Amino acid sequence: MSEIKLMKGNEALAEAAIRAGLQGYFGYPITPQSEVMEYLALEEPKHNYVLLQAESEVAAVNMMYGAGGAGARVMTTTSSPGFSLMQEGISYIACAQIPCLFANIVRGGPGLGTIQSSQSDYFQATKGGGHGDYHLIVLAPNSVQEMVDHVYLGFKLADKYRSPAMLLSDGAIGQMMEKVQLPSPIEYKPDKPWATVGKKSGQERNYLTSLYIQPEEMEEKNIELQAKFKKIEENEVRFEEYKTNDAEIIIVSFGLSSRISKKSVDMAREAGLKVGLFRPITVWPFPANKIADIAARKQVKFFISVEMNAGQMLEDVKLAVNGKKPVYFYGRMGGIIPTPKEILTAVQERSRS
Amino acid sequence: MKEGYKLIYQKPKTLRKKRMHYCPGCFHATTHKLTMEVVEELGIQEKTIGVCPVGCSVFAYDYMDVDMQEAAHGRAAAVATGIKRMHPDKIVFSYQGDGDLAAIGTAETIHACNRGENFTFIFINNGIYGMTGGQMAPTTLEGQKTTTSPYGRDPKKVGLPLKMCEIVSQFDAVAYVERVSCNTPANARKAKRAIKKAFEYQIQGLGTTFIEVASNCPSGWKCTPEESLEWLKEKVFPYYPLGIFKNPEEK
Ligand SMILES: Cc1ncc(C[n+]2csc(CCOP(=O)(O)OP(=O)(O)O)c2C)c(N)n1
Ligand code: SF4
Ligand SMILES: [Mg+2]
Repeated sequence: MSEIKLMKGNEALAEAAIRAGLQGYFGYPITPQSEVMEYLALEEPKHNYVLLQAESEVAAVNMMYGAGGAGARVMTTTSSPGFSLMQEGISYIACAQIPCLFANIVRGGPGLGTIQSSQSDYFQATKGGGHGDYHLIVLAPNSVQEMVDHVYLGFKLADKYRSPAMLLSDGAIGQMMEKVQLPSPIEYKPDKPWATVGKKSGQERNYLTSLYIQPEEMEEKNIELQAKFKKIEENEVRFEEYKTNDAEIIIVSFGLSSRISKKSVDMAREAGLKVGLFRPITVWPFPANKIADIAARKQVKFFISVEMNAGQMLEDVKLAVNGKKPVYFYGRMGGIIPTPKEILTAVQERSRS
Repeated sequence: MKEGYKLIYQKPKTLRKKRMHYCPGCFHATTHKLTMEVVEELGIQEKTIGVCPVGCSVFAYDYMDVDMQEAAHGRAAAVATGIKRMHPDKIVFSYQGDGDLAAIGTAETIHACNRGENFTFIFINNGIYGMTGGQMAPTTLEGQKTTTSPYGRDPKKVGLPLKMCEIVSQFDAVAYVERVSCNTPANARKAKRAIKKAFEYQIQGLGTTFIEVASNCPSGWKCTPEESLEWLKEKVFPYYPLGIFKNPEEK
């Protein structure tokens, strides 16, 4: 049964995971996302999932590999420094093609950084993050409701493509309280003939590996993976547009900064500027084709990428626009959240120059 | 069977028909066989899931005919934890070298043992990094020469070799710890018995079971297989004594 509740982003994410049939959670505490494990720990007696606080994020991601490889629906959540520690494991998971769900509730870096909200892990999330050629499916929620919806979607896409998927969220969305509609619980029945659950008699054993020592085999594996990534790019791009139809100026923004940018759009419209917002919901696969279409529109004068980092998605926007129109950037770093007014001012300055 | 012949020994059916890549005389091959004989004798081939490490035994899944996962270097204990927690009714083992289990993976090893994860460690301690060409391991003996300790291991600089059986037998949740070897047929039989007991205790749900094989690496030690057996007797066993460190039957 679906339900409407007032919930904190991190708790909504945890509740959504339970409802989506979570079977294993492995994590290590880090602010600003520890509420996820705390919520799951409180709820544990009522459900059937396995919850284990690991000795590190390195261990947690490898428990995900083991449990996910043995067919379970598994999730871990962390924040930036912890996500860095998981990268080696994610690279193995991507190559061994183990479906599982990650959430990075991003805080400002580099280093130990700040516990305040940031978007400075965009590169790490969308460009692979670890060693080798691979991608995760990366969803960028901008509300507590989407924290819920993207858990369902993330699990579904992970299974569909035998791939790691992740939520690229941030501290503010993790901590904010909003009304959410919680979907009805799923009875999860995995269909994973490749999983290591014990060799069936008369059948070949299952094994999961990322080792292909002969370069020809390794290249073949890479070709297989790239074909999968291409399919994901063709089928799973998601985005939202706000007042872009007649817009002359396009703000491109994801996650938390897109929420703020939406207000800036309204303020700009009141001030007589035709501004629209383009929000990638999947930051990988990136909606490059759609941005290219918009760039081709005659009335569009320029793009401005608004992010809480030093300009990371900016590179993807530039690649998509491909020189057709100018692409500018406005951002704050280190855990500072820009105000709608600040973004509006940046847009106004660009439109005057 | 040809007339007049009697079958007295054959490879276990749980070993795949694949030529092993191990160097001549290496105990990895022996330990693979012993482990798979145990799986066959216990009739648990369809319920067993193995985890192989990064090290010379990285290809163990090519030889062992059970479901397997290949872990990142040092993480086999975490991977085995993930599998066993999801499938408590399955028999899970990790198969790891000394660099894997006692250097890069020490944290995972110690914590899995302290939690009493109900799987079996098969720990191949050959005192060296075999796969990468004979570098110093956490278990390299004092004075032992390797490519990264060319003048011999200096404990003042890098400490003394780690004794994993002695360490993990301290944990309450660890059920069974034994150090074995394969340097003689008698010892190999003992090693097999130990692996079998470990699996049986796991099936009984007693907690972590940990079998260390005081192993050899003729290639890394730069000696013949025969000389490696001498080295084991003269140098390794005095520092790493064989025997049971923890026995659930004595509780
Ligand atoms: C993260 C990482 N660091 C280093 C390596 C290189 N490496 C591969 S195997 C190995 C040591 C293996 O030694 P051991 O675990 O003792 O196994 P053996 O080959 O002796 O059986 C090292 C350092 C690696 N694969 N991954
Ligand atoms: S290098 Fe050493 S451990 Fe590796 S297969 Fe050869 S003898 Fe065995
Ligand atoms: Mg070794």
